[in-house]
Amino acid sequence: MADCDETLKELERFLDSELATGRLEDLIGHLGGCVDCQQTFEFHAELRQIVRQAVQHEPLPESLVDRIKECFGTDLSDELDTR
Amino acid sequence: MADRSAFASEAMQYAPSLYTTALRMTRNAADAQDLVQETYLKAYRSFATFDEGTNLRAWLFRILTNSFINNYRAKQRRPQESELKDVEDLYLYHRIPQLSQLSSSAEDQLMDMFAGSEVREALENLPESFLMPVLLSDVEQFSYKEIAEILDIPIGTVMSRLHRGRKALQEALYEYAMSRHLVSQQSLANPSPSSDTPTN
Repeated sequence: MADCDETLKELERFLDSELATGRLEDLIGHLGGCVDCQQTFEFHAELRQIVRQAVQHEPLPESLVDRIKECFGTDLSDELDTR
Repeated sequence: MADRSAFASEAMQYAPSLYTTALRMTRNAADAQDLVQETYLKAYRSFATFDEGTNLRAWLFRILTNSFINNYRAKQRRPQESELKDVEDLYLYHRIPQLSQLSSSAEDQLMDMFAGSEVREALENLPESFLMPVLLSDVEQFSYKEIAEILDIPIGTVMSRLHRGRKALQEALYEYAMSRHLVSQQSLANPSPSSDTPTN
């Protein structure tokens, strides 16, 4: 089973969902019995959540929606001809 | 994707996340809107080269970040990586108890401590090489591999920039928390009767 140092080294990969299954099981095994590491992980998971919430999707301005639709309406064959 | 109209409707669903990311990168709504429009125009024009096997969302973000670097970066004044002090791992975690005497859970402390506007400002002031991976990972939840492809850098570089970027973000948040420390001490000394007053 992983020790605290090994576990903390994997913290970011864990929060990024980038741990291989074997490593993940090892790490969860350690977290199950280590309150210190659990708290550290919870703190960073929460911090991640706070960053995510701070950058929530902003409503799209209607004018931008129109501008994007205009892009899709661009007649490309015409444009290529005139180049 | 069989045709352009299918592409258009597929691509349109990513507009909110592209716009939100553009806002953080350009730091203003007018440039963010121009950047997103430019992204869609380029995407539409290069639709023919879009490989059906590729991830459309990642492909759009790649166009977005490239367009930002080419056309908007020069307007931004962000610190260089080398200007940041390199702080140790778990930087904020090791300092939070010093910042608040409240004994509530880490989550509550953090929620109380940082306003959304502060977190956004701390993010926006990161060096661009850190900001982009952090936005793509923490907010957009792209994988390391996808971020490597979007930013055209090796996966190892993605990981090290994420690691350093997150530490830099923690350092910036710590500065905010420090400046708010006096406020939270005051509120402890004069607790508001309306909030969290013990009933016994």
